[in-house]
Amino acid sequence: MPNTQSPDFFDINSLLSEDERQVRDTVARFVDDRVLPIISDCFENEKFPMELATEMAELGLLGPTIQDFGCAGLNQVAYGLIMQELEQGDSGVRSFASVQSSLVMYPINRWGSDEQKQRWMPALAKAEAIGCFGLTEPDGGSDPGTMKTIAKKDGNDWILNGAKMWITNGSIADVSVVWANTDQGIRGFLVEKDTKGYTTRDIPHKFSLRASITSELFFDNCRIPDTNRLPTAEGLSSPLSCLTQARFGIAWGAIGAAMACYREASEFASERILFGKPLSHKQQVQVRLADMLRRITTGQLLALQLGRLKDEGRIHHSQVSLAKWNNVRMALDIARDARDLLGAGGISVECCPIRHAMNLESVITYEGTETIHQLIVGREITGVAAF
Amino acid sequence: MRILTIVKQVPDSNATIKVKPDESGIDSAGLKLVPDPFDEFGIELAVQLREKRGDVEEIVALTVGPDKAAEALRVALAMGADKGMHLNDGAFDLTNELLLASIVAQAIKRDEAGFDLLLCGKYNIDLDSGAFGPALAEYLDIPHVGAVTGLDVSEDGKSFEARRRIEGAEEVVECGLPALLTIEKGLVEPRYPSLPNLMKAKKKPVDVLTSAELQTDESLQVATQFQSVAPPAPKPDCKFVEGEPEDMVKELVRLLREEAKVV
Repeated sequence: MPNTQSPDFFDINSLLSEDERQVRDTVARFVDDRVLPIISDCFENEKFPMELATEMAELGLLGPTIQDFGCAGLNQVAYGLIMQELEQGDSGVRSFASVQSSLVMYPINRWGSDEQKQRWMPALAKAEAIGCFGLTEPDGGSDPGTMKTIAKKDGNDWILNGAKMWITNGSIADVSVVWANTDQGIRGFLVEKDTKGYTTRDIPHKFSLRASITSELFFDNCRIPDTNRLPTAEGLSSPLSCLTQARFGIAWGAIGAAMACYREASEFASERILFGKPLSHKQQVQVRLADMLRRITTGQLLALQLGRLKDEGRIHHSQVSLAKWNNVRMALDIARDARDLLGAGGISVECCPIRHAMNLESVITYEGTETIHQLIVGREITGVAAF
Repeated sequence: MRILTIVKQVPDSNATIKVKPDESGIDSAGLKLVPDPFDEFGIELAVQLREKRGDVEEIVALTVGPDKAAEALRVALAMGADKGMHLNDGAFDLTNELLLASIVAQAIKRDEAGFDLLLCGKYNIDLDSGAFGPALAEYLDIPHVGAVTGLDVSEDGKSFEARRRIEGAEEVVECGLPALLTIEKGLVEPRYPSLPNLMKAKKKPVDVLTSAELQTDESLQVATQFQSVAPPAPKPDCKFVEGEPEDMVKELVRLLREEAKVV
């Protein structure tokens, strides 16, 4: 019988290696034991569960695909499954791991000097140091090429001026990977927490990702030594390739949020009696549950093949765009519909769909809005950029 | 000191168990299997003993089960065991704990260095029987202490003091090693196997033993006979007694007397 419960309707489990299954199950257990019992409280009280950062590090969830520095050296499918399981808990918790792994450890490992790697990678893997990624600016995120943050060479240093916005982990970060325009084009800098002129401010009053810290970063004549520049990162393609890593993880993570919402909705539908019968016996409810299952199954297969392509080194960033677009849209629609199926109780923080729905409003916007991903795919079809 | 920790792969307690239509067993298709949570206490205890003491030379994890049970062994290896023993043969009937104990005892006797401390859960959550640990100790002719909630191993590693809960009190048992302990919840909190350790666990050695090395004693095959398995009967509908409190009490007592026949 196909598994409609987890759900795994097309037995994708059988397409995974033993390593991949065991990684998934380990993270799933961690999320059940450690994340789910506290997450609605964190969301309600706008609190990032810092203790989970250390626990995620001990489990090896930070930089898990990296081969050195005590990291697990997993493949990309296993990385995707980690993101899926974390987001069964909460998009904010997944965002923390995404940023640390894909947007901080990835660029330092790829473009950093040996000194930079030795200094930061082991600490980032152990969550002894937290990182953030500064690309988006107050005036917009979809066109990062026009960024106003600038770095001017001054002897062996750089003078950094500007501001970044919507930065996950911003105020708790020990190191910020900041992208700035220079005379030679866009370059990446490692800005350390106590750099003079560098300040952060958390963005309050969010209705979304409330269990995650979102900040603004300000750079006022910050003096950054050239040794803190990522030596081989050149041009906009560098930060964009970081985004491809993170978007890949998001395409998987969104499935987790959708699975959690589907499960809660289908359990509720089988228990709730309305007009003398369980909700799940009604045609309209069955159609809605079936449609959720259809979309989750499609998203699961899409993500798996995306992961296999990435592991084979054949992935194209437009494929990542299509998967992020499809899967986050799928998850957001399912979260909203599951919220509706739960009736009045569905507006409570006790029920996961409304929390996931609110979180996914961020997820569909960050790391490339839905429209940007549609236009990336559109450009692939037509050869014309219509941004 | 050498420690043997025994781990069985069992259905996840959160999984929905489906019974086969002919009631011959549970439907294992797609069923999520995990290392038994009580056995995990044993693994954790072994690893903590090594971390605290300087004299733990080796921790060996042992499982009985099909190919898939290697996953449970791998968790034990990732948590800190040094090597594995996998008793894998269709003849090793996982529902017959006496038979399993006799097979495991043979495997242990093949190990020349011998074990000072044997650890397993107080029972496994699949059968809830609890016969395995004591039976294994009998086969090995060593003492056993069941459902241990506290443990101090002597400095010289030759004896220990174990605590266990009994009706209204705590019992303290002093005993020499070698011995077998079955572990109760609360003694230790198992660690998660980290992902880097899960990957490293693949490289740790695992000896596989089959019925070519271990005899299944036919007389034990009747020790436990598995008849059938059925889901619990559905709960009958609740009956609500309504009215004024005085009348409700009268009606409740009448129902308890006449219908439920319990008072």
